[in-house]
Amino acid sequence: MTYIKPEFRHPNLPVNEVGFTKKEYEGRISTLCAGCGHDSISAAIVQACYEMSIEPHRVAKLSGIGCSSKTPTYFLSNSHGFNSVHGRMPSVATGANLANRDLIYFGVSGDGDTASIGMGQFVHAIRRNLNMVYIVMNNGCYGLTKGQDSATADKGSMSKKGAPNPFAPIDLVSLALELEASFVAQSFSGDKGQLIPLIKAAMHHPGFSFINVMSPCVTFNNNKGSTKSYDFVRDHASSTSVLDFIPKKEEIKVDYEEGIQVKVAMHDGSYLSLHKLARDWNPLDWVSANEALIKARDRGEILTGLLYINPKSNPLHDTLKSSDKPLNTLKEKDLCPGSKKLEEINSSLR
Amino acid sequence: MTKINDFVVRFANVNGTGSASANLLFAKSIFRMGIPVSPKNIFPSNIQGLPTWYEVRASEKGYLGRREGIDMVICVNPESMAKDIESVRPGGYFLYDSTKPLHQRYYREDINYTGIPLMALSAQYFHDPRQRQLFKNIIYVGALSKLLNIDFEVIEQLLSEQFRNKEKLISLNVQALKLGVEYVEENYSYPLDIRLEKRDLVKDKILIDGNAACGLGAVYGGATVVAWYPITPSTSVAEAFEKYAKKLRVDPETGKNKFAIVQAEDELAAIGMVIGANWNGARSFTATSGPGVSLMNEFLGLAYFAEIPTVLIDVQRGGPSTGMPTRTQQSDILAAAYASHGDTKHVLLIPSTPKECFEMTAQSFDLADRLQTPIILMNDLDLGMNDWMSDPFEWDDERKYDRGKVLSAEDLDKIEKFGRYLDVDDDGITYRTYPGTHPTKGSFFTRGTSKNEYAGYTEDGAAYERNMDRLIKKWETSKNYVPGPELYQEEKKSDEAILFFGTSKYAAEEALDLLAEEGIEIDAIRVKAFPFNQEVADFINSHEKVFVIEQNRDAQMRTLLMLELDAAPSKLISILNYNGMPITADLIKNQVCANLTVKNS
Ligand SMILES: Cc1ncc(C[n+]2csc(CCOP(=O)(O)OP(=O)(O)O)c2C)c(N)n1
Ligand code: SF4
Ligand SMILES: [Mg+2]
Repeated sequence: MTYIKPEFRHPNLPVNEVGFTKKEYEGRISTLCAGCGHDSISAAIVQACYEMSIEPHRVAKLSGIGCSSKTPTYFLSNSHGFNSVHGRMPSVATGANLANRDLIYFGVSGDGDTASIGMGQFVHAIRRNLNMVYIVMNNGCYGLTKGQDSATADKGSMSKKGAPNPFAPIDLVSLALELEASFVAQSFSGDKGQLIPLIKAAMHHPGFSFINVMSPCVTFNNNKGSTKSYDFVRDHASSTSVLDFIPKKEEIKVDYEEGIQVKVAMHDGSYLSLHKLARDWNPLDWVSANEALIKARDRGEILTGLLYINPKSNPLHDTLKSSDKPLNTLKEKDLCPGSKKLEEINSSLR
Repeated sequence: MTKINDFVVRFANVNGTGSASANLLFAKSIFRMGIPVSPKNIFPSNIQGLPTWYEVRASEKGYLGRREGIDMVICVNPESMAKDIESVRPGGYFLYDSTKPLHQRYYREDINYTGIPLMALSAQYFHDPRQRQLFKNIIYVGALSKLLNIDFEVIEQLLSEQFRNKEKLISLNVQALKLGVEYVEENYSYPLDIRLEKRDLVKDKILIDGNAACGLGAVYGGATVVAWYPITPSTSVAEAFEKYAKKLRVDPETGKNKFAIVQAEDELAAIGMVIGANWNGARSFTATSGPGVSLMNEFLGLAYFAEIPTVLIDVQRGGPSTGMPTRTQQSDILAAAYASHGDTKHVLLIPSTPKECFEMTAQSFDLADRLQTPIILMNDLDLGMNDWMSDPFEWDDERKYDRGKVLSAEDLDKIEKFGRYLDVDDDGITYRTYPGTHPTKGSFFTRGTSKNEYAGYTEDGAAYERNMDRLIKKWETSKNYVPGPELYQEEKKSDEAILFFGTSKYAAEEALDLLAEEGIEIDAIRVKAFPFNQEVADFINSHEKVFVIEQNRDAQMRTLLMLELDAAPSKLISILNYNGMPITADLIKNQVCANLTVKNS
């Protein structure tokens, strides 16, 4: 790893542990519509990375196509970014991750990008437990192509033009859970307090960390009758827990009442501390997470928070037994077997 | 008239009955006797129960292409018998299982019948039904060793190598061979008038299929990430990479792999993974066939515009999934050359031999890194899935991988402003950085077309045009890097010429000899890459008539020559073969002769 201190800095701005100001985690000026939920998620990513003292160049940002997929331009401008093709970010992220296991991979997608054209790649990235953060900025519509219903739009949800959606939705969180994604969370772009610790925890989790974020499209799907509008989500969100991400060695400061606190040890010595709000739900227990989701759906609630985590997650590199040294750092001497071996192969073919 | 070391023998089997290893044993025995040999699988898209053929040509003159006129058929498949009998040339031989008598309708006056009770012999000696089935095949190899005069010691040696330390298996096989040998000794006169004689014509050559050579080439070329989706006839490329990587690329201390292989969910994902890995500085490739190339089109366009090294091995076959997937063709030329949306063109490498498969695969990683663009290796089923006699593989231990223009942290510190798409060297090739290189410099955003020289988002038409013009400059530069053609003469000796590529090489070279026998000396060129470089252009310009030989219906290479070299359509005469079987020398010779005779009369 090459670590070089940044050269220019405003003298008065506070810096984090690795010497960066928050500004150095920001991106270009957003060109999304004012009030778009996606911008709040970008801001949460900036905040989480700054607070976690991640070196920005150790992050790779990947996305598909859509308004949501444009956002990697609007955060972490010192990170490499890749705006790939519609629905196919997971495969690009898979290749990138295989090439260098040492970076943090941020995948950003939309509900169209993931639940329709990219469904195949999404479920297979889960299946492989690719070590990445996968955020869906879910607005129930195709923002960039001007507001068509997406596959996550709820049945009966009203479009801006006043037509009810006739089809049942694909619930990405239930799907991810069903496929035993090793980290499943749901949040709301308007709830920074919940979203930021979720992003931090996701970055620490060694495996596929899925966060479905309700992110209203103010231009095409924020009307009355829409179940993805700010008002509707605010009214129907119910939180499973209050989450704190506690870095390595830091004392756990919050002390909740006995029995409702869940402490999850991360692989690197950090902790997740969850203050449970939902009854009968344990984020370490897959069955209870499923039940909680089903019950919430039945009640018409949007369950938010960290829904499920498997601390024994086995990421793809472990499954493939690939070298600890990133594959992209290997040189001729590691990779090329040389002429003597080739001569042996020739001999075996005669 | 006795023919020494010059025959075509065809085995008619049922697939899934274990005939493959017996047939290979037969072919390899000829190879070990120092006689040039070329075996070919002709098989259905099916796992068990349908007819398959294996055709072996032995050629003293070293011709490895397919030729018409089958001298002998070994038929152990009653299903295809009528057709198989028909395929024997007059005066040729038909060897069949005479356990049951041959029906009257199968008799032809003009061929010789050699009945051997394969099943009966096998049943006498072997009791397990599976063994009976398997050894039936070895029995006919034994019979052939007598009829065609194969050195028995060579076969025994091959068996002992194949079943190293499994004495029981070796002796069972030898026993089966002997059943065949003895039956011929007792019932027929031998050897036949088509027969083998030991030679020293093979020298240091090796016998291997093109796909295995590609897999090995990728190991030597430094590929670390392989993503693929199974499709005939390309599957064995990824499998070969895996086999060799497991042998050659596992860290002996940690047991960890210096490679990663993912069987992707489809070809869209496979190429996406390859692009992601190459973007992130690992050498990565995928292998597929026509339908996969179709699916990869969108990503190929992205890789072209975003300038990401990408290596794709296309093992061509006949068209869509139901039909001729197990037959050979060269019919993806245009689909590969111009794959995707927008103005795109791709570099193609066209190997003809396993050695070239090995070298060009390794080279394709250097080219991809150097040119930052997709490189498509145009293999085909005939080359990829059949064993070929080839020059041995070579590797220069001094050789360094050309990773192209990549900036390190130190490089970045020295430059004022990094421009990902800035043409600093005026060759159309710009500098790139891998993610994670430097905390504050060199990061950039990768996207399709909308960008300026600094990878900034713009929809400005002028910036788009500048970028597209630079890509064409890069295309011109690439002509200096791709392999030039093989010319068959030092200087021009005829106004007519033949042009060919890929596996047509074998038939074309043989056709040159056949034409010479008729008194027609004609120039020849083998194209090995697209874009065409100056040598190809000069060759076409300096000849009045060029026969363009290809294995597809639409004369795709001819189209490419017309489009890219502005070659006059009237001087490019097509010689085409697209029935799924490899092209033959006779077809080429006859069409050239016919054309030239018309002109002369
Ligand atoms: C292959 C392909 N088909 C269609 C499109 C057009 N397209 C661009 S964005 C988009 C939908 C994006 O919706 P979503 O992922 O929900 O993102 P949002 O804009 O809502 O954030 C579509 C269909 C495309 N870019 N590529
Ligand atoms: S159209 Fe909708 S999703 Fe797109 S930027 Fe505007 S508000 Fe956001
Ligand atoms: Mg959307």
